[in-house]
Amino acid sequence: MYRMRSWSVRNARWLKSLYSGVESTLWMLRPVIKKIGYERLDKPMLMVEKATKGFLLDSQNCGQCIAGFTGLSCPMNCPKTMRNGPCGGVRADGKCEVLPEMDCVWVQAWEGNKRFKETEFPIQFLQPALDNRKIGTSAWLREIRNREV
Amino acid sequence: MRFEDEPLIPGENLPLREGHSSPGRLERVLRAGAFAVTAEIAPPDSADPEEVYKRATLFDGVVDAINATDGSGANCHMSSVGMCSLLTRRGYAMVMQVSARDRNRIAIQGDVLGAAAMGVSSILCLTGDSVGVGDHPEAKPVFDLDCMSMLNMVRCMRDERQFLSGRELTSPPQVFLGAAANPFGPPLDYRPLRLAKKIEAGAQFVQTQYCFDIEVFKNYMQVARDMGLHEKAYILAGVGPLASAKSAEWIRSNVPGVHIPDHIIARLQGAEKQKEEGVNICVDMIRELKDIEGVSGIHIMAYRQEARVAEIVERSDALAGRKLWEPGIARDADPATS
Repeated sequence: MYRMRSWSVRNARWLKSLYSGVESTLWMLRPVIKKIGYERLDKPMLMVEKATKGFLLDSQNCGQCIAGFTGLSCPMNCPKTMRNGPCGGVRADGKCEVLPEMDCVWVQAWEGNKRFKETEFPIQFLQPALDNRKIGTSAWLREIRNREV
Repeated sequence: MRFEDEPLIPGENLPLREGHSSPGRLERVLRAGAFAVTAEIAPPDSADPEEVYKRATLFDGVVDAINATDGSGANCHMSSVGMCSLLTRRGYAMVMQVSARDRNRIAIQGDVLGAAAMGVSSILCLTGDSVGVGDHPEAKPVFDLDCMSMLNMVRCMRDERQFLSGRELTSPPQVFLGAAANPFGPPLDYRPLRLAKKIEAGAQFVQTQYCFDIEVFKNYMQVARDMGLHEKAYILAGVGPLASAKSAEWIRSNVPGVHIPDHIIARLQGAEKQKEEGVNICVDMIRELKDIEGVSGIHIMAYRQEARVAEIVERSDALAGRKLWEPGIARDADPATS
């Protein structure tokens, strides 16, 4: 939902803390998660993500969430699915080149970034190209799994 | 610019120097500290190679390298790989533009190898305009990569000698890597940081969007200099002649990312011969840009006015008397100049 998405970017600072909190909780729960099995939990966890991230950030469930780097503005809402910053086509009023009624996802990302506590901007972190196989899977579980290795 | 080690066989690249990424002329010129001039060639809607050669001739002796666009404005034309393959055969220094809009990572990596094998020494990585603004709005937009992940991918092909998959290359593409920059698009305060990110991703030179608002550009360069970016990459400012006030208005509202301030349009409106005034504005702009610290050259995008490029270069004195390479000139033709 577009309006909710804009609200989340404006509240990026404390929402990011909340987001990190969820991750820490999942990290602590990983013995339980492992016992049940990552595969079996993927679908239910995705439902949870859809309900929370989908509602708050208008997340498109790419399965490799980088919202923590993008001021909580989901980059998959960019019509060019850019994951590393705004294209050169942003309109003078900050609207999207492709969808003139929508604020540029990356203009919002920059606003969100400026609200983060960090002195270094996480938006500057070079994001790899999307792994298309992971679209529609749980990003949170992947995060826990990746951290384990 | 002509070098003392010009190839004996016309159409060959220069020898690869120690510390250089490519055997190309553009990298040589920029590293030599000269104020570089590049121009955009219009790809034909045709399969006739003669049309390509004819269009390139317009730039003989006035530009250091030619950009071959890749479906610019999402309009279909001859491919940049095709244009570059033809023109490198005659010795032209080409900047091959690659847009992420139409091809995925498999196709782009294949093109990079093919182009490098055909003598392309500079590659410019772009995200690309959306398909909606072009002549095939019903097409599927690919955008498998963005300009940043593309830069990083090609850099890894060159420096790590591997595909994105990690599979090894037996001979890496020796290319000088470029990116586009739009100092005039929102968020303005993020644009220098975006340039920094592109440089980190692999950009060694940058060609900017059309520069009509010199004040915004000066501010951008100030921040870029404070960050030391002008020492990490060569920045070429984009320029071009506007045909009339009406066309400027049209471009401003229809071409993504082009910012034309009101005073430029007023200047065109007030002129008796608007087309001439468009050229005058372009010449004035180059003169101003030349004096900005950290600007390493200009990139001329004279859409449908390619025949005026030579005049623009001459009148603005962008070359400052520098003699450029031309097709047919081999090593011994003019040993005095280098």
